[in-house]
Amino acid sequence: MNSNQKKLITNPLGKNNPITVQVLGICSCLAVTAQLKPAVVMALSVTVVVALSNLIISLMRKSIPPRIRIIVQLVVVSALVILVNQVLMAFVYDVSKQLSVYVGLIITNCIVMGRLEAFAMTNRPWDSFLDGLGNGLGYGIILVILGFVRELFGRGTLWGYPLFEKLGLYNIGYENNGFIIMAPMALILVGIIIWIQRSHNKELQENK
Amino acid sequence: MKNFSNRYMLLYSLGLAAVVALLLTLVATGLKSRQQANVRNEKMQQLLATIGVKCERDGVEPVYRQYFKQELNLARDGNKPLTIYLYEKDGQNGYVIPTTGNGLWGKVYANVALADDLNTITGITFSHDSETPGLGAEITSDAFCKQFVGKKILDDQGTVVSVAVLKHADPSDPHQVDAISGGTMTSNGVSAMLIDQLSRYQDYITSQRKEAHNDMPESF
Repeated sequence: MNSNQKKLITNPLGKNNPITVQVLGICSCLAVTAQLKPAVVMALSVTVVVALSNLIISLMRKSIPPRIRIIVQLVVVSALVILVNQVLMAFVYDVSKQLSVYVGLIITNCIVMGRLEAFAMTNRPWDSFLDGLGNGLGYGIILVILGFVRELFGRGTLWGYPLFEKLGLYNIGYENNGFIIMAPMALILVGIIIWIQRSHNKELQENK
Repeated sequence: MKNFSNRYMLLYSLGLAAVVALLLTLVATGLKSRQQANVRNEKMQQLLATIGVKCERDGVEPVYRQYFKQELNLARDGNKPLTIYLYEKDGQNGYVIPTTGNGLWGKVYANVALADDLNTITGITFSHDSETPGLGAEITSDAFCKQFVGKKILDDQGTVVSVAVLKHADPSDPHQVDAISGGTMTSNGVSAMLIDQLSRYQDYITSQRKEAHNDMPESF
């Protein structure tokens, strides 16, 4: 793996993050992050789908007629998502129930189509696979941060473990913040993450 | 950029569709029996959980047979099925009523376990198709289900009044439990499901309770 290929993975984690910089995939990141566990499973599923669809589209890229490329991409992504969902239902039934409708909605996640259009159509398979992996992880890291903060302060638990109760915080008058588990608060948290990231990274700031 | 003919595009899309369709069909049929077994076993597992028996999904069937004695369909011809499960646990008889209703995004389900008097709830389990994880999907949590234990579904006259899922419910009221915060629509759906579905068993409940009453000795 040369330095360019390493960048394919590290860039989406930081200064080219799909959520905080490209502002893609916001809808699902608000919906599944009320708790840590579904956030992690969703992050993994999206990573698998982006990496594999990038790989497949990149392998097919020279044979795809440009005028029908979006449809072809959509067919490949849908097939992969259905495949993932069927396998989850057969082998890890509980996880598939936990994610319920959101697995199907990976098809409509802008990050998947975005990477196919922007990268896989013009790059080699291995690079495309790494790019998909990086973007999936970049999406995932934000999901995990959101899930962590929202579950901890919204319901006082982590991965279902009643942390705040065990620490005795309720006895000294602490109360869970119900607003944090609502979708609007997730959007505000994303905004705060973007703010912090931009104030640390001058490259991301627009010129006045 | 290469130029592709219409003929190529047509054949390309047909070919792609055929390959994908074949692949998905193979996978779906190949995994079908496994998936169905999962669903069936989960149903048994849930019925067992409703009466407080924890059990691994593999090997659930013999355990199920041990507790559940009978499955009655009370529906008259042409009506929707009206199933009630009869179980025996620790020498006590009881009933489990399966219910289906609408949540916010899709169907919600509950199994209501009733004591021998067909009135007191001894356990309840919920499941759902597509409620939001962390919000509406919390109906499956222990904390929510536990509230139902000991609640009554009948009023003093023996009419089904069910248990309502409310904001700021009074815990001492036998017909109220607290709703899920952030899951108001799902909670309302659960509330509506319970009253709608349990009411369908009114005739059976009335006749069974009458029978039990007549069996009691005169001097009682």
